[in-house]
Amino acid sequence: MHEFGIIEGIFKIIEKTADENKITKISKVKLKIGQMRQVIPEMLQSAFEAVSKNTKAMGAALEIEHVPIIMKCKECGREFVVKNDTYTCPDCGGFKLEVISGQEVVLESVEGERV
Amino acid sequence: MEIKVMKSVLEANEDRAQQIRELLKSKNIYMLNFIGSPGAGKTSLLEKTIESLKERFRIAVIEGDVATDKDAKRLQKYDLPIIMVNTDGGCHLDSMTIEKALEQLDLDNLDLIFIENVGNLVCPAEFDLGENAKIAILSTTEGDDKPAKYPFLFREASSVVLNKADLIEYTNFDRKLFIENVLTLNGQMPIFEVSCTKRNGLDDWYQWLEKELLKN
Repeated sequence: MHEFGIIEGIFKIIEKTADENKITKISKVKLKIGQMRQVIPEMLQSAFEAVSKNTKAMGAALEIEHVPIIMKCKECGREFVVKNDTYTCPDCGGFKLEVISGQEVVLESVEGERV
Repeated sequence: MEIKVMKSVLEANEDRAQQIRELLKSKNIYMLNFIGSPGAGKTSLLEKTIESLKERFRIAVIEGDVATDKDAKRLQKYDLPIIMVNTDGGCHLDSMTIEKALEQLDLDNLDLIFIENVGNLVCPAEFDLGENAKIAILSTTEGDDKPAKYPFLFREASSVVLNKADLIEYTNFDRKLFIENVLTLNGQMPIFEVSCTKRNGLDDWYQWLEKELLKN
């Protein structure tokens, strides 16, 4: 996904959370991003630095948890991690699948202080 | 202190998309989201599809582009409602844009809405617009390796249209490999090999589309 778009979307939630909790200085932002989004960590970092300039989040650490792509086979119920972009059940070869994880773009938490 | 948020960044877009979905269902309107690279043939496919369906279905088009109204102008000859959306640099349409576009349409007198998304294989697939189906459009001149590079689109799409099939002999495009690549990502994906300019292979696409329309 478009890294700038993610950061801009996240920022709205970050600022709201900081305001609601009276946080004046944000020290860390934790994100959970599914691997199907094909996000490039360095680009996300650059985007974050650019967008956070002169805001409460300037200088904050950006921590990203990359969530693996896990699918569940609708035919036999097997859950498996997708490797090599292969979306077929390793047990029964079925391709009717349900997404268990891998598409997330979640703001997990915001850390900061009331300075 | 750490404040747990656990909010999806896409939540706002998805909530709105769901509302759009419910609205269109209540009006018995089927909406398609055409996604493909610049130059793949989205507008050409729309032209042919409109020609095939316009006698039997009341159609409207939401035309998304970064700039210009060139695509919208090409569709004007069919005399149907066209809502032009310029994103001014944005690389995809989102549900807010569609919601505003729908306000300009007479939903009580429509059966079918086609969205032509911005030419881009990455971002458009990630934004739910409240459509019934996403259609992925590629062309043979872009290479047979594209599916693996854009897994999100190929998992989300309901069908793939491979355009410019008449040019395969002038390229390195490996048809079997392409189909294999698509089916590895999504084993139940219908693939339509067409040439919009030569009007080849389109009947299978029209038939599939009509079956989908009547199902809903």
